[in-house]
Amino acid sequence: MFRVCTAAARAAQFSTAAAVCAAAALTPALADGGKLLLTGGVGSIDGAAGGGLSPWALIGSYAAEGQSGVGAHLSSVQSRDYGLNIAALTLAWDDRIELSLAHQDFDTRATGTALGLPGLQLRQDIVGAKWRVAGDAVLDSDRWMPQIALGVEAKRLDAGALAATLTALGARRDGVDVYLSATKLLLPQAVLINATLRATRANQNGLLGFGASGHAQHRLLPEISVAWLLNRQLALGAEWRAKPDNLNPSALGAGLKEDDWRDIFVAWAPNKQWSVTAAWVDLGRIVPAVQPRAQRAAYLSLQWTR
Amino acid sequence: MDPLNRGNAMPGIVRPLALSVIVLACSTAPSLAAAQAAATPSTEEAAAATDLAKFGGQAGLAALMDDFVARLRADPRTAAFFKDTNPPHLARQLTAQLCQLLGGACLYEGPTMRDVHDGLGIARRDFNALVEQLQDAMSARDIPFAAQNRLLARLAPMHRDIVTTR
Repeated sequence: MFRVCTAAARAAQFSTAAAVCAAAALTPALADGGKLLLTGGVGSIDGAAGGGLSPWALIGSYAAEGQSGVGAHLSSVQSRDYGLNIAALTLAWDDRIELSLAHQDFDTRATGTALGLPGLQLRQDIVGAKWRVAGDAVLDSDRWMPQIALGVEAKRLDAGALAATLTALGARRDGVDVYLSATKLLLPQAVLINATLRATRANQNGLLGFGASGHAQHRLLPEISVAWLLNRQLALGAEWRAKPDNLNPSALGAGLKEDDWRDIFVAWAPNKQWSVTAAWVDLGRIVPAVQPRAQRAAYLSLQWTR
Repeated sequence: MDPLNRGNAMPGIVRPLALSVIVLACSTAPSLAAAQAAATPSTEEAAAATDLAKFGGQAGLAALMDDFVARLRADPRTAAFFKDTNPPHLARQLTAQLCQLLGGACLYEGPTMRDVHDGLGIARRDFNALVEQLQDAMSARDIPFAAQNRLLARLAPMHRDIVTTR
């Protein structure tokens, strides 16, 4: 565990990866997780358990009722023009409550330079909480009733030298998303479906701040995930996440337009300690004023759970 | 235009409304069991007969249950619940019960799930440990994953009668 973490931290220069890994490694021995393989989802980019892009109603880790669990994941999204590295920690109790911490580090590469801000990194911290309100996604296989969870993600952006620009555009540097998720495993078909409804005003998930002049309101936007279990250890899936487009138009015209996100993924959990998720992600346009092409990215995530 | 991005052009309220309708429909729709019962009997019977065949018929199911019971008694997570059972008797009862669930010409005449598990203090994690042992036993006999899941889908709702503690 420790060797993997230090190597990952060094390679990706994560500022908090080492801390997350240390916390995971130092976690006292917990009881063997009492949930079935992959039924805690995987770690999302915002920390909460779910798919890669979207939180699900599943509670992270393998902690069943009466147990507590912990998970940590390191994830990286690399497109032609941008890079996003993520370190996250998830805590779970009683298959009921989930708390998550995530740190995102977004490398603006040539776009930062083009904006006169070479080396610009956008850093975001996300504190999440999720409460399973009702239902059991897995065992209630004779009912349509899904597992339902209510979640919140409080986000704070360190925009560095871009802060003044965001302020001029009317975008705040902190924001809160609230979401309702419904997850159902269709056991005979081995297909898992999740629908999430998120109230948000985040621009590019918060990496370009929250709201904009004339677009200060939260909007309710859907996210859909479908996963097909090929066997107990392996899932293939696809996700789609709608996003607001608050910075379009802006002082830059359509130059800050953003698009919905989508991905296709494969998640492999050889055991209850480790899982690897690889995905092909279409992030749409990110600051098309500088990079007009859609950002198609490779996504890789390594998760440890206990 | 990219079909997946067309959503951005949709009025902001339409998609959430559509989703709410789906969620509402899910919570008020008749149960899956009712939907299954409504399927034509011949289709149901044919599917069930195929499923039992995938388990090697009654003989295959009996051998699977012998292995399953042995695994339950060996697994430290479940051993305590089965230490006082008579393994051949338990395997025969399970064979009859699962054969009936799989649509075979069998009749389970043992006690109800609620009666037989009452007071055993079985938690959700114990139930899941049993599911894992059943999955291991089925995989060891190369029963196809889809057939495994169709059986598990019929067994899983029993958690309401079996799980009595947290």
